[in-house]
Amino acid sequence: MPHVIETHQLTKSYGLLKAVDKLDISVESGEIFGLLGPNGAGKTTVISMLCTILKPTSGTATVNGFDIVKDANKVRKSIGIVFQEPSVDDRLTGKENLYMHANLYGVPASEQKDRINRVLKLVELEDRADDLLRTYSGGMRRRLEIGRGLIHYPKVLFLDEPTVGLDPQTRDHIWKYIRELKETEDITVVLTTHYMDEADRLSDRIAIMDHGKIVILDSPPNLKETLEGDVVAVKANNISALSDLVTKSLGFEKKQIVDGALEITVRNGKAAMPRIMELATQNNIYVESIVLREPNLEDVFLHYTGRTIREDSGKELHGMAAIQRRAIK
Amino acid sequence: MFIQPLLWLVIFGAGFGLRFTIPGLSYQQVIFPGIVGQTLLFTSMFMGISVLWDKEFGFMKEILVSPVSRFTIFLGKMVGDSTSSFLQGIMVFVIGIAIGISIDPITVIYALPIMVLITFGLVSIGLTIASLIGTLESFGAIQTFINLPLFFLSGALFPLKGPGISLPSWLTTVAAWNPLTYGVDALRNVILGTAWTPALQIQPLWIDIGIVALFDVIMMAIGTWAFGRMK
Repeated sequence: MPHVIETHQLTKSYGLLKAVDKLDISVESGEIFGLLGPNGAGKTTVISMLCTILKPTSGTATVNGFDIVKDANKVRKSIGIVFQEPSVDDRLTGKENLYMHANLYGVPASEQKDRINRVLKLVELEDRADDLLRTYSGGMRRRLEIGRGLIHYPKVLFLDEPTVGLDPQTRDHIWKYIRELKETEDITVVLTTHYMDEADRLSDRIAIMDHGKIVILDSPPNLKETLEGDVVAVKANNISALSDLVTKSLGFEKKQIVDGALEITVRNGKAAMPRIMELATQNNIYVESIVLREPNLEDVFLHYTGRTIREDSGKELHGMAAIQRRAIK
Repeated sequence: MFIQPLLWLVIFGAGFGLRFTIPGLSYQQVIFPGIVGQTLLFTSMFMGISVLWDKEFGFMKEILVSPVSRFTIFLGKMVGDSTSSFLQGIMVFVIGIAIGISIDPITVIYALPIMVLITFGLVSIGLTIASLIGTLESFGAIQTFINLPLFFLSGALFPLKGPGISLPSWLTTVAAWNPLTYGVDALRNVILGTAWTPALQIQPLWIDIGIVALFDVIMMAIGTWAFGRMK
């Protein structure tokens, strides 16, 4: 099966608001597919529909070949999910949570023990398996949830903002697991995130979402490529002379002077740097500093949506739920 | 939860018993099955809160995306919550016997299956409301709004019919549509035995049980539907 997930004109509206607007995506089997966008872009809504929690307003989608509305139960069997918010029972131990999950998904009793031990090993929680979840740290819970999502051998694992609210070391740790998963398991991962670096480091392909629509879909290197290359910023004693020289001798047309530095946009910054240095030396221009800036996904996002990813992280439903929850505690 | 039935049985029972005349029965004996019913009602309705907690802590999501039918999820929730409610009901028996209400302890055995039947339906109401309402605040308000009318109009505190008893017809009509009326009547049938004469009975025991069982089935169907809508 080439496409493990396919959506056709998938739409979810709340009144006039279109949370997801006529989405057409195909996720290939075995890839890590990133859905990137600011809060409120509709990423979680897409995941919720693919996980059969929400029914689409119009359009269709299939997961593992099953229709998300007509064959909801078969879809549920094919997928594992790690939600944005914790979904473990903190009055049970790690192991008990995993047994509960195995039973819910009909894992044969004879296999449960082996699978659970294997998963605990994968997420390095063997020594804490018999402790109550309430004694776990946020990162440990996350790891347990990722492990839990794998017990029933799903075809697709959905990770909704897997590292939100975690410290940098834990994020690193979890990224490591996700990459390992891709190597060791026969599984497709769909990941949502609003962290640029996360999408960049993990995904084989990224769909940038904004206002319920896919703005662009491509591999991280290709997305960066669309920005037409790197920026080399040079500070020198004779900037205008250097500026003329790079155009005349090296053919670099795109350039501007920002804060006393000459910024040259080139396809391949690493290759251009020594040539610029050489040119400057030959013409007796003293170079004070030279910096290479490779475009990141932040630039890509900015390029396609016209704004940075965090500036528009307006209110979303989860925000309210989170506040209410704190009030109750 | 010990205190409430105790207060009803001791204080309310003593005060209102002054003017109560049913031959062969004390007022405390008559309201005792009613207080068992009341305890089942209040605790069962309250158990609906477990749905809200599961939602609040996100655990419900894990259940709802699993390949388990909505009916199974509802059934699991119902049986689990009914157990706690049922145990509370048994505590009322312990209290009743401890404070010296003359009830034959053997009747507890007959009362238990009836209590289970009553609990299933009532827990289903609580679960249905909780899954439709979705927030703790509204659940609390609606729960009170349902609890008290069901309780006061069930005949838990006074016989609804019998020699010399004339109640306003609107009250008996409403009570006739209240499922708890039949639950309490069934409990009285088994706990009070022959002293609860056909003249006092709302319905014979088997009809009481039939109505309660029918109510359970209807509520479970509604509850499954409500769980199917839950997100």
